[in-house]
This record gives sequence, structure tokens and C-alpha cells, in this order.
Amino acid sequence: MTETVHRPQALLWARFRQHRLAIASGSLLLILACISGGAPLWLHLLALDGQTVDLFNRFQPASASHPLGTDELGRDLLARLIEGGRISLLVGLTAALFASAIGTAIGLASGYFGGRLDAFLMRCTDGIISLPLLPLLIVLAAIDLSKLGLPEAVVTSENASLYRICVIVALAGWTTVARLVRAETLALRERDFIRASTAQGATSLRIMRVHILPNLAASIIVATTLSTGNIILLESVLSFLGLGIQPPIASWGNLLTNAQELIWEAPQLAFYPGALIFVTVIAFNFLGDGLRDALDPKS
Amino acid sequence: MTRFIFNRLLQSALVLAVMSFAIYGLMGLMPGDPIDLMITSDPKITSEDAARLRALYGLDAPISERYWHWLSGALSGDFGFSRMFARPVFEVIWPALANTSILLGLSFIIALMIALPLGIIAAVRPYSGLDYGINLFVFAGISVPPFWLALLLMMLFAVVLGILPAGGTAEAAGASGFWQGLKYLVLPIASLTIASIGGHTRYMRASMIETLRNDYIRTARAKGLSERQVITGHALRNALIPVVTIIALDFGYLFSGALVTETIFAYPGMGKLIFDAIMGNDYNLAMITLLFATAFTLFGNFLADVAYTWLDPRLSFGESDQ
Repeated sequence: MTETVHRPQALLWARFRQHRLAIASGSLLLILACISGGAPLWLHLLALDGQTVDLFNRFQPASASHPLGTDELGRDLLARLIEGGRISLLVGLTAALFASAIGTAIGLASGYFGGRLDAFLMRCTDGIISLPLLPLLIVLAAIDLSKLGLPEAVVTSENASLYRICVIVALAGWTTVARLVRAETLALRERDFIRASTAQGATSLRIMRVHILPNLAASIIVATTLSTGNIILLESVLSFLGLGIQPPIASWGNLLTNAQELIWEAPQLAFYPGALIFVTVIAFNFLGDGLRDALDPKS
Repeated sequence: MTRFIFNRLLQSALVLAVMSFAIYGLMGLMPGDPIDLMITSDPKITSEDAARLRALYGLDAPISERYWHWLSGALSGDFGFSRMFARPVFEVIWPALANTSILLGLSFIIALMIALPLGIIAAVRPYSGLDYGINLFVFAGISVPPFWLALLLMMLFAVVLGILPAGGTAEAAGASGFWQGLKYLVLPIASLTIASIGGHTRYMRASMIETLRNDYIRTARAKGLSERQVITGHALRNALIPVVTIIALDFGYLFSGALVTETIFAYPGMGKLIFDAIMGNDYNLAMITLLFATAFTLFGNFLADVAYTWLDPRLSFGESDQ
């Protein structure tokens, strides 16, 4: 008698493979990541440069030396898009991981310890969910960091806008993960294997780390993937309004800031960065959807 | 039920009070202060003058004291003057509020009129080609950057076709009449609508599919009702319960959407007012518009909770507020 033994990973992969859109999205994101990750290398190979201002060649149409044309300062658009993508993806992923870590910690504590701590944390979460997100984020993005007593070197550093946007967006994005993790922790806590390890004298920290967290991994991965798309959107909105990532650092969002005034002269400037944000976000959403279908045994 | 509503209102009031302090504190952390603005407009002010003015306006007092001063003024109906408009803030807010209500109200209704039928159609034939198509559309709707969508619409209808204005209002352009006014609303409404259809359709589809699995639907089919009667007579009302709740929760996102759309189309509503007030260091105006947005969002959440308990009699009022 021959019996094929399916390893869980193989089953998972088989289920995930059926989701053709998710596969396509995953591949697309990999390609985007490779392009952005190796941005300096690609730009060197293509002999492009997104920093050189050339006022005699503004709004050039696509040509051999400028594959997508030039912007209002005569900089190469393709190079700007690649550099912008590097920043947008980096900020999006960092903020999403950060948000997911906060959410996991709060959800775990809330679900595992229960009682007053749970009530307090969940009230806070509900409170944050019931606030007008974007208007408040704009205030946070506008505050003067030196008044918060942060060291001068951090406030004036070139990358200050990067750190600030990561923190702001993460502060807004952790609630979904926190609720999800709490709900699953509540259910897991009552299971026999958790009780057994409590009886054996395991500390709370050990139970959470060794027994609960691995069981939540699938849900956290799905939620993080789905929220990465949203976080990239949020970052691009803030950057578009001039409050996120500050020039001269390019991001897909701030490439669109000037594009609005230029739609009569150079509509292509408004098209490409937005299209890239759109494609990236939709890919993250499809990927998350596919992962959920593959990882969720109920579906 | 009365007790539940009362508790829930009390809770919202508490959140609003906490938020008013938080927003006031954040305002104090924004770059510059009113005296800095005076110095920029009048270079003759010396640093001694500035210190004296700060003391005169109470700006050197600790934050709790200043907040208390603001709050006691606000509670007696004095919200101060807007720096940008040089008028009491309430005179500035009313017209903006009226404009935003038109914009948000219309796009909200249009979005629902498109999204609910789409969701039902998709749910009636799950995993069909049509469902697949609608699903693609839904994903596109939730993934598109709202400001880019607005720019694309502007490019197509204002730049390429030239049939609609790229932004502003009829009054500002010197035109008058109902149809002229409507022309300026089309693009903002369209971009807000498209951005919110995706989410609504998704909820409606999920809820309808869930409802159609129930036994009473099988009974309705077994007694020979047409599929149409099953859907509209038996399934729809139950399927709408969770949808109504989620849509009420989405009230908060309406303000975020309005902020982006109004700023892009230079539409004089609350969203643009919030943005301009924050950017222009108009503290009094920013404070009150932000509080208003918060109150509006909290009210949406309150409605969602009430609607949920009211529509679903199985929920007992006592439990849900503990």
C-alpha cells in the first residue's frame, strides 16, 4: 500500500498556487523589490541620474537618453521613479512591520492577561479607531520635533522626514493587528495545551512566546501583508500633501505634489508615480488575499 | 435601550473631551506661535516686546492653564477668531460645512446606490465570471490612491476633453445658476464615490453570501419562491444588518476623503478648511475644525452601535456596553 504523505508546507503551497492573481502579485512585488533594492546599481547601468538639474531640458518627451522624459527641473523621470520607489517601499514595509509589532504586543497582552488590562487596552484601541485619521495625522506630521525635546541632530538630519513618517503611520496602523491577535489569543488561552504548560510551571512570557505566538503567525502574516498596502497609500497621501517625505528625497507620493499644477503641460508626470503606487498597493492586497485563502483552514 | 444609548453617549463625550486636550496640546507643538507670526509681519517688535506680548496673551503659562482658558471660553460659546479670515471661527465654518454636506451626502448616496446592487449581484452568483469581474473592480477601488484618481479624472475631463472645470466653485469663477454649480461638483463627487464603492461592495457581497447559507433561505426556495423573491424578500434585510454597521463606521473615513478631494479640487468645504487652517497656523480655526471632525466621526460610531443593537433584536442591550 502506498500512501503519499503531504507535508503541511506542500499543502499550503498547493493551495496558494491556485490563486493565480496572488502568484502574479507576489512576482511583481519581487521584481519591484529587486529594482528598488538595487536602485544605485540599475541607475549606474542605465547611465541615468535623478539628481542632475537641467533647466534647458524641462518636460522632455521620452527619448533614448531619458526613457520616460524629464520633469519640471529637467531631471530624468525614470530615475526619479526608481529612487522614489526605493523610499516608498522601504518606508511602507518598515512602518507596516513596526505597526504589526506594536499590534501584536498589545493584542497578546490584552488577550492573555484579560481583565482590567484588556478592558483598558481595548478601549484605547476603539478610541483610536473612532478618530478622523487623516486630519489628525496631518497635525502629527506638522508638529515641530524640537519642541518635543528631541536632540537637534535628529531633528535637522536629512532623514528626519523618513523616521517621522514611519512612526506616524505605524501609530495609526496597529489597531487591526491588535484586535485580531487579541481575539485569537483569547481563544488559544483556553486550549488544553496552554493549560498543560501552565500546570508545568511555564511563565507567562514563555507561554506567549513558545505556544501562542507561533500559532498566530499565519494570521499576523496575512494582516501585515494587507496593511502594508494601506500604509503605502497613507504615506503617499501625506507625502502628496507635502507633509510626508520631504524633497530632495523622492517618493512616489511627493513626485505627485507638483504634478497637479503641471497637468496641462506635462500630464505624464502625474501618471507614472500614481500608477506605480496603484500597482504596488493592489499587488499587496491580492497577495494578502491569496495568503489568507491558503493559510486559513476554514476557507 | 435608553440606558445603552445614554452610556454610549457618555463614552463618546469622554473621548471627545480627552481628544480636545490632546489636540490642544498638539497645536502647541506646531512650529511657531501667534507672537512669532506677529514678529514676521512687524519687524520692529523687539524680543522684550515679544516676551511682554507672550505674557499678555498668557502664552507663557503651562499647557494645562492655557487649555483651561480655551475650554472655559469654548463652553461659553467663544471659540475665538480665525487668523486667516479675520472673522469669528463659527462664521467661517458654517458655509464650509454646508458645502461639505452637499459633497459628502451626494457621493455617499451615489456610492451606496452602485455598491449595494453590485455586491448583491456578485453574491448571487459567487465565483462566476461576473463575480470575478466585480471582485477585480473592488480591489482596484480599495487600492487606488484617491488623490491620483482625482488627478486622472481632472486630466481626462478638464484637460483632454475640456468639458468640466478642474476645480474651484461656480461663485469663484463668476458663473451662477444650478447647472453651473453642479458642473463644479461632478469631479469631486465622482472621485469620492469611486474611492468608496470598493469597500461597500465587498461588505455587501460577504454579508449576502453568509445570509444565503441559512436554513430559512433553503426553506424559501423549497416552497417555490422565485430567486428574486428569495433575495429581496428574505435575504436582503438580514444581509443589510452588518453592512449598515460598517457603513456607519466608515463615516470617519468620509472626512479623510473630503480632506484630500477638497484640497485637490479647491472645493471650499470642511476638509480643505482643516488642511488650510493647520498649514496656515490658524490655531483657533484648526482646533475647532479638528474637534468637529472628531465629533462627527464619534457620532458615526455611535450610530453604528445603536443601529446594530436596534436592527438585531438578538443582541441584548445590557451586555453590549459592559
